[in-house]
Amino acid sequence: MLKKSMIAATAALALSAGMSAAEDIDIVFVGKNTGNPYFDSLTQGFVDACEVIACNFEFVAPATAEATSQIPFLEAQIQRGVDVIAISPNSPDALNQVFQSARDQGILVLTVNGDITGNEQFRDATILPTDFTKVGADQIEMVGSLIGYEGEIAILSATTEAPDQNFWIEGMNETIANDPKYANMTLVATVYGDDQPEKSTTEMEALLANYPDLKGVIAPTTVGIAAAAQVVQSRGIADQVKVTGLGLPSEMREFIKDGTVEGFQLWSPYNEGWLASHFAVGLKNGTMTNEVGATFEVPNLGTITINDGNSINTQSALTTFNAENIDDFDF
Amino acid sequence: MTDSAQSAIRELAPARPTWHVVLVRPETMTFLLLIFGLVGASFLSPFFLDASYILRSFTLTAEMSIVALVLTMVVISGEIDLSPAANMALSACIFAWAQEAGTPLPLAVIVGLLAGLAMGALNAFMSIRMQLPSIIVTIGTLIFYRGLAQVIAGDRSIRVPDSFIGINTIMIAGIPLPVVIFVGVAVLLGLVLGTTVVGRQIYQIGTNQAAALHAGINAKRIKVGLFLVLGVVSAAAGMMAASRLGSVRYDLVLGGELQMVLMAMLGGTYIFGGRGTILGTFLAAWLLVIVSTGMTVANLLPAIQLTVLGILLIVAIIATNFIYARTQR
Repeated sequence: MLKKSMIAATAALALSAGMSAAEDIDIVFVGKNTGNPYFDSLTQGFVDACEVIACNFEFVAPATAEATSQIPFLEAQIQRGVDVIAISPNSPDALNQVFQSARDQGILVLTVNGDITGNEQFRDATILPTDFTKVGADQIEMVGSLIGYEGEIAILSATTEAPDQNFWIEGMNETIANDPKYANMTLVATVYGDDQPEKSTTEMEALLANYPDLKGVIAPTTVGIAAAAQVVQSRGIADQVKVTGLGLPSEMREFIKDGTVEGFQLWSPYNEGWLASHFAVGLKNGTMTNEVGATFEVPNLGTITINDGNSINTQSALTTFNAENIDDFDF
Repeated sequence: MTDSAQSAIRELAPARPTWHVVLVRPETMTFLLLIFGLVGASFLSPFFLDASYILRSFTLTAEMSIVALVLTMVVISGEIDLSPAANMALSACIFAWAQEAGTPLPLAVIVGLLAGLAMGALNAFMSIRMQLPSIIVTIGTLIFYRGLAQVIAGDRSIRVPDSFIGINTIMIAGIPLPVVIFVGVAVLLGLVLGTTVVGRQIYQIGTNQAAALHAGINAKRIKVGLFLVLGVVSAAAGMMAASRLGSVRYDLVLGGELQMVLMAMLGGTYIFGGRGTILGTFLAAWLLVIVSTGMTVANLLPAIQLTVLGILLIVAIIATNFIYARTQR
């Protein structure tokens, strides 16, 4: 009984909404947690896209990024009857059952900026910032160019279990071992700061103490690179040890400005939101297909291809940030 | 002269009228807040007032709510246990690890329950036998159990077999099974606490343990029993959560102990023991689901949600203390 009146109310609402805006696609993005500048930028991509194409956008996120905290938010969006759920999942498998019930309702489920590896059958497609298989090689080239392709380097990572970081570190090891260009560089240590500023600082101090000849440090995590730069800045050894890695322009700006860090890399989270909304609206309108190998055009990004596993990359290589371009980015 | 006059006046003071006894109690306040929450949430979002959605949302916290019912009895007896959420995680991890290692499913469930029992026993041993304050003991075991869970499961998640997944999709007369279990446990514990001798004794121990001992009540045995039941029920709840999620991680219901205590407090259980009812916790569990679901489906920010929940708790505690102060026996 309740449900019937509910359906009637929803239908009435849909009718009245239909009159004001013709069949806009309702997109919601479920972030990992609130108060994360990285996701502010990603969200802005959705917001800007929905100003130029036919979609309504809302952002929701739990207070904490633990594995199950997104579930009530997903249930709520299913209940609201949105058309598209985009999500940066906090767990590779705890959300499977909820994704299943969303898709049973005809909701398009896109994972953005992180995938549910091993459970890909529970989402429709994934939008990743860049080709993760190239991150390791890009980072080695970056540190190589800073130290003149010669000397000892070390890696300051996140946790020992972090899947993305471990994948990239594997790529770094392979690149150093196999590419003759880097034959004079040796990777002397890989340490883990657990993505905590204090622990990352301690690990960085330990690296400097244990390897006095260290020339470069790659920190492929935003917490790690900021901590490493802080140590180098306070010791005033920027000309002896080059810090690079993956960082946020907003957090690294001061280190670039005072010369502590010459360059670091990342991708543009903004483009993920921009692409995701264009892709979602295209799929819902039938102008795009979600098939491996299919291509489509996205304004400003060019031709995008759907890769194996319905995986889409917003850019082919990492963006390098340095003193010249750092002010163009605000995330 | 004055003494006898005063005692005469005291004897003449009228007994509380029946309506007063029935209505002026913390549960009434919880119930009113619940109604208020329902109405408010319906105004907040047109998508809220749908029985199946509310029931589905309740399944997300049903496991914790079941544990909160038992925790209510522990608090009434004058103790506290902050480790049940960690117990849920560790039991579920041990269960998942056992079945992954090839233990038959029913046996793995029993292993999980036994693990929960052992955790309850450890809490009881230190709190009751060694006479250490249960709040300190269980803060310790909360960290210990959670740590052990991480040792067993690492940072990965352990899958549970497909046949074990989906307790929340089993419907009994249109109601999800976890909700049915919650109601069943509430009725059972309500009867135990409200109508049996043991129930009476739990209140007496919580009100005045020394007096209860003089009255011949074996307070230690009852408290140990409560800790053991809480341990087993937590383990069962942990495995229910595993069935709902389809996988187990060490951070299952991380921070859940606060929500359980919150349910008991919102339902009018007195933190220093002796007072409280299962009905109160039962209503509070629904109140929390109604309030948070209403705000989530209206896309309100978590910051606002936390603020509202904080205000609710403060209101509840002030009201509970006020009511108890006025109705002192």
